[in-house]
Amino acid sequence: FRFVCGLSFEGQVLALRVRSATMSHQNPNTMGPAAWKGMDKMNSELFTLTYGALVAQLLRDHEDVDAVNAQLDKMGYNIGVRLIDEFLAKSNTERCANFETTANLVAKVGLKMFLGINANVEKWNSDKTACSITLSDNPFQAFVELPPSLSNLCYCNLMCGVIRGALEMVNRVVKCEFVKQKLHGADHDEIRLTLEEVKEDQPPPDDE
Amino acid sequence: MSSPVLLFVIVGKNEPLYEAEFNKLPGSAATSDSVTRQNYFVLHSALDLVDKAAWTTNNMYLKVVDKVNQQQVSTFLTAGNIKFMLLHGGRSEDSIKNFFTDVYELYVKLSMNPFYQYDTPITSKTFDNRVRAIARRYLS
Repeated sequence: FRFVCGLSFEGQVLALRVRSATMSHQNPNTMGPAAWKGMDKMNSELFTLTYGALVAQLLRDHEDVDAVNAQLDKMGYNIGVRLIDEFLAKSNTERCANFETTANLVAKVGLKMFLGINANVEKWNSDKTACSITLSDNPFQAFVELPPSLSNLCYCNLMCGVIRGALEMVNRVVKCEFVKQKLHGADHDEIRLTLEEVKEDQPPPDDE
Repeated sequence: MSSPVLLFVIVGKNEPLYEAEFNKLPGSAATSDSVTRQNYFVLHSALDLVDKAAWTTNNMYLKVVDKVNQQQVSTFLTAGNIKFMLLHGGRSEDSIKNFFTDVYELYVKLSMNPFYQYDTPITSKTFDNRVRAIARRYLS
């Protein structure tokens, strides 16, 4: 009797271990569309036109393309540090074991659930600390044509800031920049994501 | 002096925003200056008639507003009061209406570009290429 009990107990522990192992290999390809379904939606043209008006206004304010790029990145960073909470709450993810999982989650789940973008992760470097996220369609860019005087403008730089801000809040310091842009003539957008540092978990600041 | 030239002008509140000539015979000697100037003159003198015709109908497409010598001026009025005017030597109304409708779609997409301001000259090369393609499709 004890022998049978012991076995069934170990069987349960084994089953639990197997379950948690499969859960930590969650599939971003299915999580993305599932999370997207649960989000509130807005009119995509309103979104595109609002972003366009924002960029046009920044250009009028700053008049220097590099300053506008930096400002877009900063605004994106501020959005990202707050967006990570919503991402973690709504997408039901678990701790990432390595940067590869992180990048996959950003591309397949994050970009999908907030922007409806289908992205791919490729061009990993040899020690798996840098990759490229390729986007075939980008809701920020619909109807936009860059005039020749603004050829240095990184129009979607806000996205890079968001990714950078969000990842920094989970202790991954990354560098995020566009290496190819459809608005500059390429056939798709490509973001290069490079892991620079993994910070240690810090206890929350002392409230006294 | 009937010239098969087609002159298309987009006119804003104060000035022309876009001009294009669609010559059927690109190999012929360039139309003389006086003919070109006369064409522009005819088109601009029709502007008053456009305003008059706009009161008579609810449509955007105003058909032929003026006839001078052998040439006719057809006009399309956009929702933002921008005038698309075409100087032609007699074309079927349907083909002109289709031409105007397609150019209007292009114009709407152009206005959605955050870097294009309403009522400013249109300098986009892609817009120019596409207008010429539409003209080739419907007007020759």
